[in-house]
Amino acid sequence: MNWLWNNLDLVLELSVEHLRLSLPPIILGFIVSVPLGWLAYRYKLTRGLVLTLAGLLYTIPSLALFVLLPPLLGISFLSELNVLIALTIYAVALMTRSVADGLASVDPIVRESATAVGYSPWRRFFSVELPLAGPVLLAGLRVVAVSTVSLVTVGVFVGVRSLGFLFTNGLQRGIIVEIVTGIVMTVVIALILDGLLVLLGRLVLPWTRLDARARRRIPVTTAVPA
Amino acid sequence: MNLFLDAIAWLFSPERLEGANALPVRIGEHLYYTFVSLLVSAVIAIPLGYYIGHTRKGREVAVALSGAARALPSLGLLTVMALLLGPARADVAAIIVFVVLGVPSVLAGAYAGVQSVDPKTVDAARAMGMTEWQILMKVEIPIGLPLLIGGLRSAALQIVATATLAAYVGLGGLGIYIFTAIPLRQYDVMLGAALVIVALALLLDALFAVLERLATPRGVLAAKHRNISARPNRARETVEPSRA
Repeated sequence: MNWLWNNLDLVLELSVEHLRLSLPPIILGFIVSVPLGWLAYRYKLTRGLVLTLAGLLYTIPSLALFVLLPPLLGISFLSELNVLIALTIYAVALMTRSVADGLASVDPIVRESATAVGYSPWRRFFSVELPLAGPVLLAGLRVVAVSTVSLVTVGVFVGVRSLGFLFTNGLQRGIIVEIVTGIVMTVVIALILDGLLVLLGRLVLPWTRLDARARRRIPVTTAVPA
Repeated sequence: MNLFLDAIAWLFSPERLEGANALPVRIGEHLYYTFVSLLVSAVIAIPLGYYIGHTRKGREVAVALSGAARALPSLGLLTVMALLLGPARADVAAIIVFVVLGVPSVLAGAYAGVQSVDPKTVDAARAMGMTEWQILMKVEIPIGLPLLIGGLRSAALQIVATATLAAYVGLGGLGIYIFTAIPLRQYDVMLGAALVIVALALLLDALFAVLERLATPRGVLAAKHRNISARPNRARETVEPSRA
């Protein structure tokens, strides 16, 4: 435990760094995956293409992506941009499917009603379909947030300082407390972000608390005239 | 694009087949970690998932624990386990970490599969006189099998990607090429190894996709194709047509 008391400053500094590195990929990933998810949802042709590509991107080991982006993009090996882009790629890979699933979960009758009362496709998307897809998007975003916070630690191998430093340094020096501190702080940051997302969800999607059960959409069969 | 050519050249150079660091050996180790971890995850998570799915008890606890397990950084867990168990047991340390990674997905697949069964189907089975055990074995498990395999599929993909880290605690696997290449900035080696890992992941993914299709019971497929209406037919008109 002595290690912890002597290094509180370091732990705090690394935690702040960690949080700072985690946020941009989550936000950027969300923004990029909305149009991609829409493409996957809207056209059969692009659906297979986009979702397969997203699944493929997710299988690249994070370590490999961190070391490969610099030569591919022509940025410095030790640049933070490298980790930021890699984590955004993972966020997009995870989130695109959620967006596609979320849009598909919108009741077709609601969509038709929106068209019937005169919504343009553009407005219908932003004021009807996207909000109604909200619960699925939120669930996806929570997974993205947690996994991003955890993946930031691997950046330590390409020299990006985060709580991951406590893992490699702790292993080299044989200090278990140091590693455990790193794990605990990573989980704490993940839980804080997750809690904030849930809170955000309640603010932005107030109706979801009322009909959590109604979200499970019953397939609508067109009524056959008797 | 030159880098890709270099990586391919590295992959197919005859030296890759020589010695203890030969590519097939590393692929074997990588797959070994993946399969053992997946097997252990399945042994732990499937019975638990079926229990949760059938009794509908403890779902919230499972979801919360799975969420917490997902938040655990694999690298941190790996280093602390390696320290606790010592270098001689690094393989056990790595497998524990990969199991922690795999269990949430398998668990979710198992209970989601059982819960996806229409309650009416379960009631019908109960009405026919099946015991709870028979309902689980003959109705819930077969119908939920595709979802379980989906869970195993995502667990396998996560494990095969993360098994790269095993080399950091002195084990083998394909990560060894990446870790030795980082300080030397050998990008061709890193890309070559990364390509092999991605290829392994795609292969596993395809394998599970086929299994998922094979596991769907014929009756479930038939019902989908026949387009059975989910709602009862409109009741026949019972009112006598009024006579004029």
